[in-house]
Amino acid sequence: MAADVPLLRARGVSKLYGTRVACRDVGLDLWPGEVLGIVGESGSGKTTLLGCLSGRLVPTSGRVEFMLRDGTVVDVLQLPEPALRKLARADWGVVHQNPRDGLRAGVTAGANVGERLMALGARHYGRIRAEALDWLDRVEIDRERIDDWPETFSSGMQQRLQIARTLVTRPRLVFMDEPTGGLDVSVQARLLDLVRGLTSDLGLSAIIVTHDLAVTRLLAHRLLVMRGGEVVESGLTDQVLDDPQHPYTQLLVSSVLQP
Amino acid sequence: MSAYNFAFLDEQTKRMIRRALLKAVAIPGHQVPFGSREMPLSYGWGTGGVQVTASVIGPDDVFKVIDQGADDTTNAVSIRQFFERTTRVRTTTRTDTATLIQTRHRIPETPLREGQILVLQVPIPEPLRWLEPREIETRKMHALEEYGVMHVRLYEDITRHGHVETAYDYPVLVNGRYLMRPSPIPKFDNPKLDRNPALLLFGAGREKRIYAVPPYTPVRSLDFEDHPFTVERWDRMCALCGAADAFMDEIVVDDKGGRMFVCSDTDYCEDRRGR
Amino acid sequence: MYVAVKGGEKAIANAHRLLAEERRGDPSVPELTLDQIDQQLGLAVDRVMTEGSLYDRELAALAIKQARGDLIEAIFLARAYRTTLPRFGATRPIDTSSMVVRRRVSATFKDVPGGQILGATFDYTHRLLDWSLAVPGERNGHGAASGPASQPAVNGRDHAQPGSDLAPLGGRLPRAIDALDRDGLIEPEEADPDDRPVADLTRDGLGLPAGRDARLQNLARADEGFVLALGYATQRGYGRNHPFAGEIRVGEVEIELVPEELGFPITIGEITLTECQMVNQFKGTATAPPQFTRGYGLTFGHTERKAMTMALVDRALRCHELGETPTSPPQDEEFVLSHSDNVEASGFVQHLKLPHHVDFQSELVLIRTLRSEAEARAR
Repeated sequence: MAADVPLLRARGVSKLYGTRVACRDVGLDLWPGEVLGIVGESGSGKTTLLGCLSGRLVPTSGRVEFMLRDGTVVDVLQLPEPALRKLARADWGVVHQNPRDGLRAGVTAGANVGERLMALGARHYGRIRAEALDWLDRVEIDRERIDDWPETFSSGMQQRLQIARTLVTRPRLVFMDEPTGGLDVSVQARLLDLVRGLTSDLGLSAIIVTHDLAVTRLLAHRLLVMRGGEVVESGLTDQVLDDPQHPYTQLLVSSVLQP
Repeated sequence: MSAYNFAFLDEQTKRMIRRALLKAVAIPGHQVPFGSREMPLSYGWGTGGVQVTASVIGPDDVFKVIDQGADDTTNAVSIRQFFERTTRVRTTTRTDTATLIQTRHRIPETPLREGQILVLQVPIPEPLRWLEPREIETRKMHALEEYGVMHVRLYEDITRHGHVETAYDYPVLVNGRYLMRPSPIPKFDNPKLDRNPALLLFGAGREKRIYAVPPYTPVRSLDFEDHPFTVERWDRMCALCGAADAFMDEIVVDDKGGRMFVCSDTDYCEDRRGR
Repeated sequence: MYVAVKGGEKAIANAHRLLAEERRGDPSVPELTLDQIDQQLGLAVDRVMTEGSLYDRELAALAIKQARGDLIEAIFLARAYRTTLPRFGATRPIDTSSMVVRRRVSATFKDVPGGQILGATFDYTHRLLDWSLAVPGERNGHGAASGPASQPAVNGRDHAQPGSDLAPLGGRLPRAIDALDRDGLIEPEEADPDDRPVADLTRDGLGLPAGRDARLQNLARADEGFVLALGYATQRGYGRNHPFAGEIRVGEVEIELVPEELGFPITIGEITLTECQMVNQFKGTATAPPQFTRGYGLTFGHTERKAMTMALVDRALRCHELGETPTSPPQDEEFVLSHSDNVEASGFVQHLKLPHHVDFQSELVLIRTLRSEAEARAR
């Protein structure tokens, strides 16, 4: 496996809706073990970009390449739907802003966490349950809740459950869309701490889309700043946030309320 | 009935059904759509089985029909009469001499032989139907072997009851690839599907699907390693023939709750009693 | 001593004999003839032909007689008979604009070329039981003008039959909504640019997602009550599409076939059809100006209710083509088309009468096990 091949590479990704530009000519490289943050205000095109990278939206132009476990590189946008679904199931994970979009309703927390294991062939009830309990511990959900339905959980707990459900199979690439959106400030902090711990313990590669600079400061190694569909600045998180070059980035950074 | 073709269906239709059957045999457990016709029997009453039988039956066949394991239940009688009238083929109640057997809800107790064909009547062919109502989605799930959701259902049953809640039409994995519903046979009969020397054909007339398990195909009932698949047991023997290893019918004999158990498979029971 | 249950064959034979007796009823009452059913219960015959997908009045009348008036059972008989019929060809597409119209109404315009032709309709009757019908031979309990309605007139006058007013229109009655079409106010009905073969539900079964041709076939033979309920639901807000009855016409059309040996079309017969064109909610896009949209219904015989509700549900199911988000059951293609066939539905519902004691025994074994385990845990 070549050391100079990124896990995910995008070049010239653009998405237009009629004449409206959602994102234009975006390129990026994501390396194994890296967390890449994409920041911008709403309307900046960051969510559209995430959709294009994860195969859920078809870009108007551009290339997205992903390196498989065996080292071969595939063109994600050219994959037929079955191959894409298989890839998404085995190698990718998605954490949605609204946890209900990423959880199975009407099914217990334990089954939610165990499902991906079962989809990949796990057939021992006791071991599946043990692993589910283990993950509930990791995401700080009380073990007693394993047989409860997610509908009975608080939104913070639902989000943590979603993260457990997604990470249980250790996907090689995780896409996160505003993972702390809609949560209380204190709940957010706890969740961010958790995600930070997990990404470093598991050596996850992730792309996190957010409007919140604090999230990127805490989680991302590198950063892309988007505005009006274009990338205006990129670089190491600390460098970009401490010494912003582009006027828009400067505006963003300075407008964050200091405690 | 002399105005009708042999076995009621015209030859074009039989050919169309046989093409579907060949496809089904080539891909064990995979549901093949077919242009099901309206038959003189109601949808839901075995039209799929009847169409499959009509497409494979020939003048030299010996034909048996059972429902709930018995030859003399009303619907079995009705179907047997239908084929008697439209084919004049020899009929029998004996499993061992039949070449073609159409059945509803049971697999005969007498082991089947190579060369025999068993046609099973199927109400709902899709094993994922209760988990995913849309056919467009279940088609994709089969194509991509996305069966995780079925195991989630089993996990939930065990969590809630300590057992899988399904007693009949228990889902199986055919040839290690396709998830299949074996029709509403009791799970007691599932083991008979595995590596059966006979050809097993499944017809769903109303839902318009055909599937098949060719001879000697591995068929495995879904379970967990630590909660293995088990079959029903009774603590009584058949009151007529003494069998302890057959599926039992429970008969209420008086208004004080008195019960007796007899073999559901009438041919098997008669055979044991020396006819 | 328990004796195994036997005698199914005898029971069935006796059941059939009893059925034949009950079908005949009191032998001192005259037996129904097929002509009587065809002529005097004509709308029942029309329904059986439409949902049986078979145009043959005598056959439908026989089916109704055999089914003792149970129309769904009669439709089943028609369909089963249809299975045995060989197919030797397909007709040319019917041209309903050349229909010999017996009735034509439009709610979108007060007056249209050719006029509003009431024809024979229940629409303006007062639903008062007419006791004169109880005794054969008496007529006219409603105080209507005696004698046949032979004074045809147009619009403001009571127009019961088309008169010679059609001569200036070339003998054909133009469609009421042609004016909308000419001005580009309504989406055009266009032939398929790829000229794909038409779906055939009676041969190939329903594939999902379905094209409009398969949907319309499904709706034409669908249970009238089911389609009525769904159409009604759209009017009450479940997938509302703002309908106007552009035109409903009833009359006879010729059926043409091109035999291979001849190479030119010949007329093989004439059938009665009911056609309904609904004019629905207009739609436009950023680039195209708004146009009214369409719903279409076509049925055998004089079956307005069915043709109208078919058009309402057709329009509801076109939501995807028209860029609408489906929000209710009438817009759910899989739900509507999978449950519309009353022969399938009736069969499956009634199959619950078949023995299920083996499966029930399996459930009993399971439930007894679960209960005894629960009791053991409680102790």
